[in-house]
Amino acid sequence: MVAEILNLRKLIVPVLVIGLAVIFGLNLNDWNSNQSYFNNMVKVDNFSVAFSGLAIFVTLLVFILSTDFYANDQAHISDYMSILTFVLVGALMMFSFSNLTMLFLGIETLSIALYIMAGSKRFDLRSNEAGFKYFLLGSFASAFLLFGIALIFGATGTFDLNKIAEYTLQNQGHISPLFYTGMVLMVFAMLFKVSAAPFHFWAPDVYEGSPALVTAFMSTLVKIAAFAAFYKLMSSTFFYTSEKAALILNVTAILTLAVGNLMALAQTNFKRLLAYSGISHAGYMMLLILSAKDQTAGALFYYSLAYALSTLAAFAIAIPIFKAANSEEIDSFNGLAKKNPLAAAAMSMAMLGLAGIPPFAGFLGKYYIFTEALHSDYFKTTLVAIFASMIGVYYYFKVIIAMYGKPANEVKLENSINYQLVLWVCLALSLFFGLYPSPILNIF
Amino acid sequence: MLSLILLAIPLAASLLLLFTRGGLSRNLALVFTLVQLGFTAYAYSVFKAEGALPFDFLRNWSAKPFLNVHFSMDGISLLMVILSNLLLPLIVLSGYNRSIERPHIFYSLMLFMQFALNGVFMAFDGFIYYIFWELALIPIYFISFNWGGENRAQITLKFFIYTLAGSLLMLFGFLFLYNGSPAHSLDWMSLKSNPSCSCNQSWLFWLFFIAFAIKIPIVPFHTWQPDTYKTAPTQGTMLLSGIMLKMGTYSLIRWLIPIVPAGFAEWQPLVISISVAGIVYASIIAIMQRDLKRLFAYSSIAHVGLISAGIFAMNLSGMQGSLVQMFSHGINVVGLFLCADIIFNRTQNPNVEGIGGIRLVAPQFATWFMVVVLASVALPLTNGFVGEFMLLFGVYQYNTWLSFFAGLTVILGAVYMLRMYQKVVLGKSVMENMVFPDLYWNEKLVLITIAILIFVLGVYPAPIIELTEPVLKTLTK
Repeated sequence: MVAEILNLRKLIVPVLVIGLAVIFGLNLNDWNSNQSYFNNMVKVDNFSVAFSGLAIFVTLLVFILSTDFYANDQAHISDYMSILTFVLVGALMMFSFSNLTMLFLGIETLSIALYIMAGSKRFDLRSNEAGFKYFLLGSFASAFLLFGIALIFGATGTFDLNKIAEYTLQNQGHISPLFYTGMVLMVFAMLFKVSAAPFHFWAPDVYEGSPALVTAFMSTLVKIAAFAAFYKLMSSTFFYTSEKAALILNVTAILTLAVGNLMALAQTNFKRLLAYSGISHAGYMMLLILSAKDQTAGALFYYSLAYALSTLAAFAIAIPIFKAANSEEIDSFNGLAKKNPLAAAAMSMAMLGLAGIPPFAGFLGKYYIFTEALHSDYFKTTLVAIFASMIGVYYYFKVIIAMYGKPANEVKLENSINYQLVLWVCLALSLFFGLYPSPILNIF
Repeated sequence: MLSLILLAIPLAASLLLLFTRGGLSRNLALVFTLVQLGFTAYAYSVFKAEGALPFDFLRNWSAKPFLNVHFSMDGISLLMVILSNLLLPLIVLSGYNRSIERPHIFYSLMLFMQFALNGVFMAFDGFIYYIFWELALIPIYFISFNWGGENRAQITLKFFIYTLAGSLLMLFGFLFLYNGSPAHSLDWMSLKSNPSCSCNQSWLFWLFFIAFAIKIPIVPFHTWQPDTYKTAPTQGTMLLSGIMLKMGTYSLIRWLIPIVPAGFAEWQPLVISISVAGIVYASIIAIMQRDLKRLFAYSSIAHVGLISAGIFAMNLSGMQGSLVQMFSHGINVVGLFLCADIIFNRTQNPNVEGIGGIRLVAPQFATWFMVVVLASVALPLTNGFVGEFMLLFGVYQYNTWLSFFAGLTVILGAVYMLRMYQKVVLGKSVMENMVFPDLYWNEKLVLITIAILIFVLGVYPAPIIELTEPVLKTLTK
């Protein structure tokens, strides 16, 4: 905003990038500090520091992409950037909450900023649709969340996560029905935010309609934030209550895996494809929340990282292609291998990473998830997940086949240094962590 | 440490080739595969003198989940490593007079494939083994897809998903074993010495069996194979049939039987019957085939059916025969597909009918083709005979009737192979204006090398038997 006044628009992105890099460093400085602030509203522990680091890193990469993405829309770049920064703020709150009000505030900060961004292409019908749809459905979910929090407050008399956990431990066997109702409402709201079936209907439309950069942001940062918050909620409170929460999650995990993968098969639009693929990845991550009792945060973090890296790499190639082809169908990749073999190879690597083929990080992430789920005796769910990954190969390979097998289209690809930078950083990290996973897997 | 060098050479070569262009890539690929072959020969001499110890490499990869990198070597592994590193230069050389688009990527993928195959054969930890198993799939998919023929997109995708489906079942099996094992380790030794409870082995067996049966392929899991062999470029088909298929049969011996012995004992009669039925089925279909490459594909199914039947017979001569035959089949099938490629390239006719009379214009080709065909129908003095004889003897020891049906492969094989040879090479030329230049130097070199190997191993298979006998004795005990 200050830059706007001084008419220094060109400086906004570099300044933001540097600022984020500084925050990234400061954040790492808090490792092992374990402090809580504001009357225990916010608690900084290793979990929050790690996820905040990841979120800041992802935002940094997305901002690097944004200079070129908004090259023709310089007038509004300060608005976009500040709103995107608000999304990050919301996400950071969701990583470090230790009080339900803080969770709600975080989710709302993140969501409201996203509603705006989803509709930010004002003259595009689809973008308007996306923004409106997301807003309507998202507010319902927020209302559910708020109502759930209120009911839990009614039952326990507190918003504090630790005290809620104490309550459930002390009152085992005669927990008030209010608590269960609240818990179910909150779980439903969280399932909506992570786009798990049957609360996933918004995701494909919103992903398709939003500007591609916002879709990239949504499918990485927002999904990670929602999952981290969900995990924290489940692992610190609800799992002490009953097996019923596990049953709900087990059913939704299976449903999410099935819906995400089966629906993705029929997609021709790349962004919708990634939306459904995101739903199916949500299904895999649900397995970790299911087995949250066994402290699976390390696996969740690793998987989030692997998924974010591959997805961002895919977007770093897709965005310039969409722009050049003026279409977001998978067809716009046709014959890319002939025109630009390097980009095609990179896209293949991103797709193989998403499909979970070694040696990329996606494979180890899945491997770790399956191990943990089997360890917690979710036998059948793991089998479903394994079949789901089989189906997954088909639709990721659709992109590869389009690039290598179809005749080339007329699209000319501009090579921008920013896209290249993000692309190769992501792929290199994906390969590096695929080969050398221990620092991330054992982070907690 | 030696195992790491065996892996490093092809990997480094594969990366290096990406930066070359045109004829240089081809020459470099040949040089590197020859270097690898030379190093393999050295490895063989070291193994003879000092045993497995210099090859052993064990490091922790990740503490939680507990993952190890473990490469090692025993007689069976070494045999397979020799086979792959022996065939690779031949495969590279056989493409010398063909123009290939973007050769640097083609040969880079091929060397990457060699890296993955060596890894599969030397991995002694389930997790590492699985990774290499999957890694081998990626280059061959891109080779078949990018340089393939008609309908390549559908056919290669089917191949990929089919084999990946099997692999994922195997992954589930490994994960289950990992969680069940007291040490939480997938090391081969620990899996072998603490087998899972026999109540679980009954279904665990199928997870592994299906994964391997798809790769081999054993009827009824073979439907991906003829199409893929047909559509892949010839060098890809050679890789698939010569080496990659052996990943499956090798894994039966290395993984399936040692780690789920009770499950294997339970299902042994069924799987050996499936294998034998597959032999007869594939042989009959091969007789009906008009397309040359498809005919060889079905004959390959029949041969590997016999190999797996010999393995499942679970006695010394069956196992021994299977290893000899794996080695021989790898050599012969490369020769067969090279001949099919030579014929198709010069006549543009993929079918058995409609050519004829090649012998009149290309006598050298006709001679070497004959040698390969005879080895493939297991004529005495050729390598095919040694393996098939031992295999049939092994099956006979298990069950007389089964060996009778398995023995049909020799007769039916002679029927379809010799009939094919007669139609294509002998007689008068059916084709008008056939231009059929005789062998080019590179083709001659490859075919002569193969012929020498055929006769040497046919007369003197002792090195293979000596190499593998100690391991097999501990397995079949």
